[in-house]
Amino acid sequence: MNIQPNSYRTQPDDRGHFGEFGGRYVAETLMPLVLDLEREYRAAQADPAFQAQFDDLLEHYVGRPSPLYFAERLTEALGGAQVWFKRDELNHTGAHKINNCIGQILLAMRMGKKRIIAETGAGQHGVATATVCARFGLPCVIYMGAEDVKRQSPNVFRMKLLGAEVVPVTSGGATLKDAMNEGLRDWVANVHDTFYIIGTAAGPHPYPEMVRDFQSVIGTEARAQMLSRTGRLPDLLIACIGGGSNALGLFHPFLDDADVKMLGVEAAGHGLDGDEHAASLLGGSPGVLHGNRTYLLQDEDGQITEGHSISAGLDYPGIGPEHAWLKETGRVEYIAVTDDEALDGFQLLCRTEGIIPALEPSHAIAAVTDRAKTMREDEIILMNLCGRGDKDIFTVAEKLGVKI
Amino acid sequence: MTRFSTAFAKPALVCFVTAGDGDTGANLDALVEGGADVIELGMPFTDPMADGPAIQAANIRSLGAGTKTADVFAIAAAFRARHPDVPLVLMGYANPMVRRGPEWFADECAKAGVDGVICVDIPPEEDEALGPALRAKGIAPIRLATPTTDAARLPTVLGGSDGFVYYVSVAGITGKQQAAQASIADAVARLKASTDLPIAVGFGVRTPEQAGEIAKVADGVVVGSVLVELVGQHGADAPQHLKALTASLAKAVHSAAKTTA
Ligand SMILES: Cc1ncc(COP(=O)(O)O)c(C=O)c1O
Repeated sequence: MNIQPNSYRTQPDDRGHFGEFGGRYVAETLMPLVLDLEREYRAAQADPAFQAQFDDLLEHYVGRPSPLYFAERLTEALGGAQVWFKRDELNHTGAHKINNCIGQILLAMRMGKKRIIAETGAGQHGVATATVCARFGLPCVIYMGAEDVKRQSPNVFRMKLLGAEVVPVTSGGATLKDAMNEGLRDWVANVHDTFYIIGTAAGPHPYPEMVRDFQSVIGTEARAQMLSRTGRLPDLLIACIGGGSNALGLFHPFLDDADVKMLGVEAAGHGLDGDEHAASLLGGSPGVLHGNRTYLLQDEDGQITEGHSISAGLDYPGIGPEHAWLKETGRVEYIAVTDDEALDGFQLLCRTEGIIPALEPSHAIAAVTDRAKTMREDEIILMNLCGRGDKDIFTVAEKLGVKI
Repeated sequence: MTRFSTAFAKPALVCFVTAGDGDTGANLDALVEGGADVIELGMPFTDPMADGPAIQAANIRSLGAGTKTADVFAIAAAFRARHPDVPLVLMGYANPMVRRGPEWFADECAKAGVDGVICVDIPPEEDEALGPALRAKGIAPIRLATPTTDAARLPTVLGGSDGFVYYVSVAGITGKQQAAQASIADAVARLKASTDLPIAVGFGVRTPEQAGEIAKVADGVVVGSVLVELVGQHGADAPQHLKALTASLAKAVHSAAKTTA
C-alpha cells in the first residue's frame, strides 16, 4: 500500500531510513565513523561559513551556475515538447560528480582527515576526487575495477596526472561494485586519518542524504532558471541513473511540485529480458549491499550479480535508497534504455545540437526522444545533461566499428 | 547450559572455514578432531567487504563450485548430526541471510542445529533486520566489538548480543596484521567489565604462539584466514593439514588455561 506523504523532501528519518530502504548496514569497525560523519555533517550544514565556502568553490572553481539551455534543433527534430538541458557537462572535469566532491572534501578537511579514498566506475568520480585532492593538497587513492581501468584509460591517465594513486581492483567482476568493496576495506583499515568520498547517493547513512544535498544545487539552480526564463516549471524532468546522484540532484528540489513529473532512466544494457543489464529498480529486488538496503541485482540466494551497460558509470548492481523509496511511493517513474538506444541518443545529440554527451546521459536522451513526441509543443521537458562524452569516444567508435 | 557455555568453560579455540570450499564436511571433522571447541562456518558471499584476500578467495572458490544457501544449511545439519555437542556458528553478510526473509533464515538455522549467527554488516542500529527473528528461534545473535567501539557505544553493542562476544582486535580486514597483546588485554578487560558473555578474540591470529598468548587473557581465540589458506592450498588433502595445525593451536590455547587457573 502506498501512503502518500505530505512532503517528499523530508527523508530520510533520523536513522537514515527512506521508508524501508537506506540505513547503516556496515561492520562495527565503521559504525562509530559513520555516526561521527553524521554529527560533523549536521554541524557543517548549520555553519554558514561552510555553505559560503561550498558556494564560492562551485562558482569560481566548478563554473556554476551551469547554463539552462533550450535545445531548439533537437526539439524541432523530435516534434513535440520543448527540450531543455541543464548543462552540468560544462562543469570543471566534465560531469556533475565534482559538485559532490567539493562538498565532501570540505567536510573531510573540517574533520581533520589527512587522506582521501574513493571508488570509481567510468572514472568521472575518480577524476573529480583526484581534482579536489590536488586543489587542496591531500593524498588520494582511487579504487577502480581492473576491467574499468581498461575501458576508461583516458580517465586513468587524468587521475594520475592529478597526482592520485589508481589501484586496479581484480576481485569479483573487477568493476564498480568491487571497487566499492575495496574502498570499504581500505576505510576499515585506516579509520583514523581517512575520509571516503563516495561518488553517488548510496552507501551507509548519511552518504545518500549528503550526496543528494550537495548535488541538489543542480535542481535548485534549474528551478530558478526555468522560472525566470519561462515563467513556469517544467512538466517532466528526465535524468539517467547509475547510483542515482545526478537524478536526485535534479529531482529533489522539485519533489513537492506536484505538477512536475519525473522520469529516472536506468541502463537496460542488452535488454531487461536477459541478465546483461544494470537496471536495479526494474530488474532487481530489495536487499542489503554497501551499507544500505535498496534494490539490487541478485540471484535467489542473495548473491550479487554483475551489471552490464555500455556506460561504465551506470554499470552498478545497486541504486541509491532514496530512489527505491521514490519508486515505491510512485512519485518518480522509472524506465530502462538499452545500449543501442543510448547510442542512438548519443549520435542524435551530436548532430542536432553540437554537443557530445557522455554515454550515461545518452540514456536520458533516448528517453527524451520517446517522451517528447507524445507531448504537446507547449510542454517542457528538462533533462540533466550530466556529463560530456570525451571519455566515451573510444567506446562509441568501437561500437560503431570505426578505428581511431 | 548451552553448547556455548560448555565450550567456553575453559579457553576455547574457535575455528573458521568457508562453507562449500573444498570438502567442507571433512574439513570440519578435521578441525574438531584437532581440538576446535567452536566452529564458525562462513556463508559465501559475492561481496565480502570485511574480508582480506584469503577469505575473499575462499568465497570465490565456493561460489565458483556452485555453493547455494541450501548447501550451507545441509553442511550445517550434517555437522550437527555428527557432532551433537560442538557449538556451530554461521558467519557471513546480511544479504544472503535476509534474502528470503529473516524468519526463513532463523528457521533454517534452528532446523540445522546452528547455535549462533555472526552477521558482519548488521550493526545493532539495524538489529530489526535479523535479530528478533533469531532470538525468537533461540539462535544467538553474536555481535562484534572492535577497537573503534567506544565506551558510549559498548552498551548498545552488548545489549542484544548472546552466545559470546567476538572482539575484532584490529581495525581492518581479516587475515592481516595482529594487534599488540597489551591492547588485546586492555580491550578484553574493558568488555569483561560490561558483560558476562565469554569474549573471543580474533583477526590476524595465525600461530600457536599468538593463540596461546591471547588465551591467557580471553575466553576464546578465533582463527580463520590461515585455515582457509590451507584449504586453498591443499584442496582435497586439506583435512590432514587442518587437523595438524588445529592440534597445535588447541594445545597452545588449552594449556594457557592451566597457567592462568
Ligand atoms: C556523466 C555521468 N553521469 C551519470 C553517472 C551515474 O552516476 P549517478 O547516477 O550517481 O549520477 C556517472 C557515473 O560515473 C557519470 O560519470
